[in-house]
Amino acid sequence: MTAFIIRRIIGMVAVLFAVSVLVYVVFILVPGGDPAERMAGKNPTPDNIQNIREKWGFDKPFYVQYVKMMQKAFNGLTPGQHSEYDILRSFDTRQNVVQEIKKGIPATFSLCIGAAVIWLFFGVLVGVISAVTAGRASDRLITTFALVGISMPVFWLGIVLRYFLAEKNQIFPDGGYVPLTSDPWQWLYHLILPWFCLAVLFIGFYGRVLRSNMLDAMNEDYVRTAKAKGVSARKVLRRHVLRNSLIPIVTLFGLDFAAVLGGGAILTETVFDLKGVGWYAAQSVGGLDLPPIMGVTLYGAFFIVLFSAIVDFIYAYLDPRVRPT
Amino acid sequence: MAEPATDLTLDSAALLASEEHEVSIVGRSPWYLAWRRLRRNYLALASLGVFILIVVACALAPVYARHVAHTGPNAIHAQDKVRVGGKLRDVIGGGSYYDAKTNSFVVRAPSYLGPTWWRANGRFVLGTDNLGRDVAVRVLYGGRNSLLVGIGSALLCTFFALVLALLAGFYGGWPDWIVSRFFDLIWAFPVFLLAIAISTALAINGFHHFGINIEPGSLWIPTLVISYVLIPYIGRPVRGQILSLREKEFIQAAVGQGAGPLRIMFSDLLPNVASTILVFFTLIIATNILTEAGLSFLGAGVRLPNPSWGNLIASGQDQIQTAPWLSLIPGIAIVLTVLSLNIFGDGLRDALDPRAKVRIEH
Repeated sequence: MTAFIIRRIIGMVAVLFAVSVLVYVVFILVPGGDPAERMAGKNPTPDNIQNIREKWGFDKPFYVQYVKMMQKAFNGLTPGQHSEYDILRSFDTRQNVVQEIKKGIPATFSLCIGAAVIWLFFGVLVGVISAVTAGRASDRLITTFALVGISMPVFWLGIVLRYFLAEKNQIFPDGGYVPLTSDPWQWLYHLILPWFCLAVLFIGFYGRVLRSNMLDAMNEDYVRTAKAKGVSARKVLRRHVLRNSLIPIVTLFGLDFAAVLGGGAILTETVFDLKGVGWYAAQSVGGLDLPPIMGVTLYGAFFIVLFSAIVDFIYAYLDPRVRPT
Repeated sequence: MAEPATDLTLDSAALLASEEHEVSIVGRSPWYLAWRRLRRNYLALASLGVFILIVVACALAPVYARHVAHTGPNAIHAQDKVRVGGKLRDVIGGGSYYDAKTNSFVVRAPSYLGPTWWRANGRFVLGTDNLGRDVAVRVLYGGRNSLLVGIGSALLCTFFALVLALLAGFYGGWPDWIVSRFFDLIWAFPVFLLAIAISTALAINGFHHFGINIEPGSLWIPTLVISYVLIPYIGRPVRGQILSLREKEFIQAAVGQGAGPLRIMFSDLLPNVASTILVFFTLIIATNILTEAGLSFLGAGVRLPNPSWGNLIASGQDQIQTAPWLSLIPGIAIVLTVLSLNIFGDGLRDALDPRAKVRIEH
C-alpha cells in the first residue's frame, strides 16, 4: 500500500508539471507577438517593456522563461507588497492574480459544496427510483426529465431561473453572494438558486449512469445467489445492487467535484454574480486578460489532480479487487 | 466425419431449413439488424427528424432572411415602423419626445417589438433586439454558426481520437504510452477552463504557426479548441476497446496471414469499433454545441457581431426585463437541438448494441 501511495504521489507531481508546461505554452507561446508588450498593460513605456523582458526572461531560452513564470506565480502566494515585476499580475487591473483567486475561494466553495450535496442526493434518488421501477411510467417520466436536464445549457437555465424566480416574482434574491460569516441565513437564501442550477446537470447525469449500472447489477449472479439464499428484496437492493453500482459514481463524483471547485462552475458563478474563482476568470475573457485565466486554470488542474489521486485511494479501499498488494 | 447433429454449420443449417421447412436463411449484416431495431424506435426517429429539420432551417437562413423577413442578420431597423395585424407599430418604441401641449419633455423607457408570429407578413416573427434587428433571422444565422462549430468540431474530434486510439491500441508500447499521457494531460484540466484559456490566447493574434493562418475572429478557433479539449472523451474508451480487440483470434489470424498494420487497422479493427464511433459522434455533437454555447456566452467562442446561440443569449441577458424573448428563444433552440441529438444517440446505441455502455462522461 505504501508503495502504491508513493507511486501515485510521484505520478501526481509529474502530471502537475506537464500541466504547468502546457499552461506556459498557452500563456506565452500561443498568442504570438511579444509577450512583454502584452504584459506591460495599456500605456507602456519602453523602459517598462524592457524591464518585463528581463525579469521574465523573454530574451532567454524557453526553460528559463518557464521557471521564471512558475516562480512569479508562487511569489504571489505570500500576501503583502511585491515589487512590480515579481508576481503574476493581471494585464488590466495590475492586481496580484493569486490573491484575487484566494478572495474568490469562499464563494466558490460555498456554491460547490452545497450543490454537490444536492446533486449526489437527488442523483442517487433519481437513479434508484428509475432502476427499481424500470419500464414503468415513473421511470419514463424521470428518465425524460434527466435527459432534459443534461440537454440544457447551465447558464441559460440560470438566466431563466433568475428571471422567473428572482426578477418577475421576487421569491429569491437576484444574484450576489453574502459571506457565511456575516449572515448565515442570507448566505443560504442567496445560494439556493445557484445550487440547484449547478446541480441539475449532474443530477440528470448521475441518475442515468446509476440507472444503467443498477440494471446491469440486477442481472449478476451474486444478486441471484443472494435472492436464492433468502435475503429480502430490499436488502439485496441495498447491500448488493446499490453498493456495487455506486462504485463508478465515486469516481465520477470525485472528478466532477474537483472540476467545479477548481473554477468549473464558471457559468453558474457568472450568471448569478457569485464573485468566486470562476467568475474572476470569466471577467477577464472580454478584455483578453490572460493571467487570471491561466491562474484559475492552473488552480483548477491542481484540484483535479489531487482529487483523482484521492479517488484512487478511496477506490482501493471500497473495492478489494483493485486493491494493490 | 462427425454425426450430423454436431456438424451444424451455417451451410448445413441452411440446407436443413430448406429441406424440412422450405424456407431459406437470409444472411443479414449487423447494420441491417441495427436498422431494423432502430426503425421501431419511433421516439429516436422523430428526434432525428427534429434535428434534421433544425439543420435544414439554419442552412436556409439566407433564404429566409431574403424572401421572408426581407432583412439581413445585421440590418438595423431601429427607426422603422411595421404593420402588425393591421396596426402600425414602432420597431423600437419609447424614447423621449417634446410634448407641445404640456410644454414638457416626456421620457419613456424603450420598448422593443415582441414576437409578431405571422401577423407582420413574416417580419420580426420572433421580435426585435435593442438595435432593431430581426431576432428570427439572427437566431437562424446564429444556429448556422453553432451547428457549424458543433458538427465540425465533432468530426475533427472523432477523427483525431480514432487515429490516436488506433495507433495506441494497435502498436502498444511507447506509442500507447505517449497517447495515454496526452489524454491524461488534457484530462487533468477542467476542460471548460482549458477551452476558455486556449481560445482567449488565440483571440489575441489568431494562430500563425506551422504554415497555418487563422484570424482572431475565425470560426476555426472555437471549432479547433473544442475538438482538441474533448479528444480524450472519445479516445480513451475507443483505445480500450481496440486494446482488447487486439488480443482476439481474428487479429492474430490476420497477422498470421501476413496482413500489414494498415490493413489490420482499417479492415479488421475499424469495422469493429465503427458502431461505437457512430454513437460517440452523435453524442459529442450535442456536447460540443453545449460547450460552444458556454464559450460564446462568456465571449470566448464565436465573437459578436457574428451571432451564435450562446452569444445571442449573453447579449439578451441585459434586456431580460423588457425583452425576455431575446435570451429565451436561442436557449430553446439549443435545448431542442441537444435533446434531439441525445435521444437519437441513445436510440442508436440501443439499436447497435443493447449491451454497450457508450456514453460521454462529460
